[in-house]
Amino acid sequence: MRGIPVSALIGLFFTGLYFLGAIFAPFIAPYGLSEVVGDVWEPSSSRHLLGTDSIGRDLLTRMIYGGRTTIFIATMATLLSFVTGSVLGFLAAVLGGWMDQLMSRLIDLLMSIPTLIFALVVLSVMPVTVPVLIVVMGLLDSTRVYRLARAVAVDVNVMDFVEAARLRGEGRGWIIFREILPNALSPLIAEMGLRFIFAVLFVSTLSFLGLGVQPPAADWGGIVKENKDGIVYGIPAALVPAFAIATLAISVNLVADWILNRTTSLKGGRGG
Amino acid sequence: MADPLLKVTDLKIEATAYPPGEPPQDITIVEDISFALEKGRVLGLIGESGAGKSTVGLSAMAYGRGGVRITGGEVLVNGRDILKLGASGLRRLRGAEVTYVAQSAAAAFNPARKIMEQVTEATLAHGRTSKRKAEARAVSLFAKLGLPDPENFGKRYPHQVSGGQLQRAMTALALCPEPELVIFDEPTTALDVTTQIDVLAAIKDAIRDTGVAALYITHDLAVVAQVSDEIMVLRDGHRIEYGAADQIINDPQEDYTRALVSVRSIDHGEKQPTDDPVMQASNVAARYKGTKFDVLHDVSVALDAGQTLAVVGESGSGKSTLARVITGLLPPSRGQISFAGRRLSADLAGRSREDLRELQMIYQMADVAMNPRQTVGTIIGRPLEFYFGHRGAEKRRRVIELLDKIELGAGYIDRYPAELSGGQKQRVCIARALAAEPRLIICDEVTSALDPLVADGILKLLLNLQRIENVAYLFITHDLATVRAIADSIAVMYQGRVVRYGTKSQVLSPPFDDYTDLLLSSVPEMKLGWLEEVIAHRKMESAGH
Repeated sequence: MRGIPVSALIGLFFTGLYFLGAIFAPFIAPYGLSEVVGDVWEPSSSRHLLGTDSIGRDLLTRMIYGGRTTIFIATMATLLSFVTGSVLGFLAAVLGGWMDQLMSRLIDLLMSIPTLIFALVVLSVMPVTVPVLIVVMGLLDSTRVYRLARAVAVDVNVMDFVEAARLRGEGRGWIIFREILPNALSPLIAEMGLRFIFAVLFVSTLSFLGLGVQPPAADWGGIVKENKDGIVYGIPAALVPAFAIATLAISVNLVADWILNRTTSLKGGRGG
Repeated sequence: MADPLLKVTDLKIEATAYPPGEPPQDITIVEDISFALEKGRVLGLIGESGAGKSTVGLSAMAYGRGGVRITGGEVLVNGRDILKLGASGLRRLRGAEVTYVAQSAAAAFNPARKIMEQVTEATLAHGRTSKRKAEARAVSLFAKLGLPDPENFGKRYPHQVSGGQLQRAMTALALCPEPELVIFDEPTTALDVTTQIDVLAAIKDAIRDTGVAALYITHDLAVVAQVSDEIMVLRDGHRIEYGAADQIINDPQEDYTRALVSVRSIDHGEKQPTDDPVMQASNVAARYKGTKFDVLHDVSVALDAGQTLAVVGESGSGKSTLARVITGLLPPSRGQISFAGRRLSADLAGRSREDLRELQMIYQMADVAMNPRQTVGTIIGRPLEFYFGHRGAEKRRRVIELLDKIELGAGYIDRYPAELSGGQKQRVCIARALAAEPRLIICDEVTSALDPLVADGILKLLLNLQRIENVAYLFITHDLATVRAIADSIAVMYQGRVVRYGTKSQVLSPPFDDYTDLLLSSVPEMKLGWLEEVIAHRKMESAGH
């Protein structure tokens, strides 16, 4: 592991910590998810490291399980948005002409509606389950990825090596996945770090508004919602998930930055 | 004797390299360079790309481009060491005592401001004279440089004048503050030959009339021979040879200089027409999508199997458009292309895989013609897999065979394009075209981005491969020396039409039409006084008419 900068190591460490915590939640968490184990809003102690929540459940346990839900939903939604967004974006760039116009204008139409309002409308008529949440978030976010992927692919698409592939008679699959994708990966990966964090914030917002993860299941936005009244009395329980979101955001982006640097300098990249 | 205007002693220039995965390291770019330049003299700096000629030239302004540092030696301008000047001292020097003419005038001028403002800007910023006087001087320089309507030339915007005129305007810009030294950095490299000769003559006259000293940087020895009193040959940041222009051209002492002098002297006896055309374009016209006028008019050419047809012309003459029509990227608006006896579909989508395989293309910029994320093995291997279904060990064996053919060897198979030099990249592109076992390869300016010696190597390789594989080349170029080296027949194009077409000996022997005459006489020759001869000859002719 030589040559990894310190910032990336810090990022890797904390990102790893959060993801491991999410995966092994049932083994790490000291109590059960919805088990009431103490008084309302107990301060932190050796029994309850982060204290207890609004109805006396262990906050650390809630945070670990909540992280699991939040990270799982955000990861899946990000992956979904990247697969659909970049494939459609590349396709639009390669096809060009009226197909490109049609797809781009439809995406513009979708983007013109504020994402949160769109999501609230959809979720209020659909049953709110985890798969529905993932699909709604993923598709709404894919509009942004589409824009980026198309912009990058349009640039790559006019390069002589793509023309050479076309003259060879290659199909669209080869051109998209073998010629364009490897050269568009760097900006997409950087964007992915950012989009993942937006997805975390988005699912937290939805849960805070009551249209995300439904109780008794925990997620970070839900924990803020349950404990928000405590802030008035000086109880910090609602700030713990905020802190978790902030540290996760920073560490994921440290890793994304490092990957970006590595992939651009590795083989010369496009234009150095 | 008084001090020379410019005296450079033991110049050393370094830069920091950042190899991936390793700590940064300092590398020496230029070392042990010393020279002196008297008032009113011109020193030519010549070398291939990476020789450090621009870096040496810019040191006369104590400037290092892109993180380059001057770390040793002294640079004396009028007896004072400019490397020891502070920021304000340098500011007084640059743009006033020493000025600079860049390679690409189109990129150096601000498109949003009129030419006059930009030409007089440095002069006024240095407070050398009043605005009225500066503009009067600019106008007289425009006249001296042969620009049309010098009174009003400055009122135009950069996009309203041609590339050659803009380059002359930049020379006026550099001369306007009445500097003592001008650095010309490849001022004619980006121009067509017919334009280059005018700019070259204008620059030479202006240097003589104003009495400035000049550093003239170029990679073209024939060009530098026309304007310089002395020449310094550089290679890898070291001085190879330094002497009077006459001695360098007529009596070079070093092997490297001799190679540069004799470059582009490949001559290739032409093959006789066989009447067995592999490709035939009949009455082709073409226009770009959404436009109403043709950029190609009634082009008919034929190319015999195993021979080379050179398509020559200036930029904008339609030669690359012709290539796009033949490849099917731009369907012709009239006329048709037949290939190996069958009629080719106008559109790329309508061509069979066999058509595509037999017609390959090599590009001008090898850098962007290869996917930077694929290894040489993948790049050359893909046509083998795609057209012939070779896989695994069989494919690898064929790739190595092809690497041998282009004189690179098996060691290159796992490299990425970024790890190859310019000439090696172009060789890989040639191998990729050969892998398809084509009958015709379209070569679009394949040597113009390369240094002369490397370009020579590529031309020799192409000639060799033609002998072995019996492949035909459609060779697009603006460079007549290249044409002499490789062509069997020639089509001269001008403004979208073929103005002269025939075997090489026919096209290159008199009587010439006007355009071909102009084109042929504009190619710089490797001898002193060539420029004066041509200009005098042209004056005489126009006087005679």
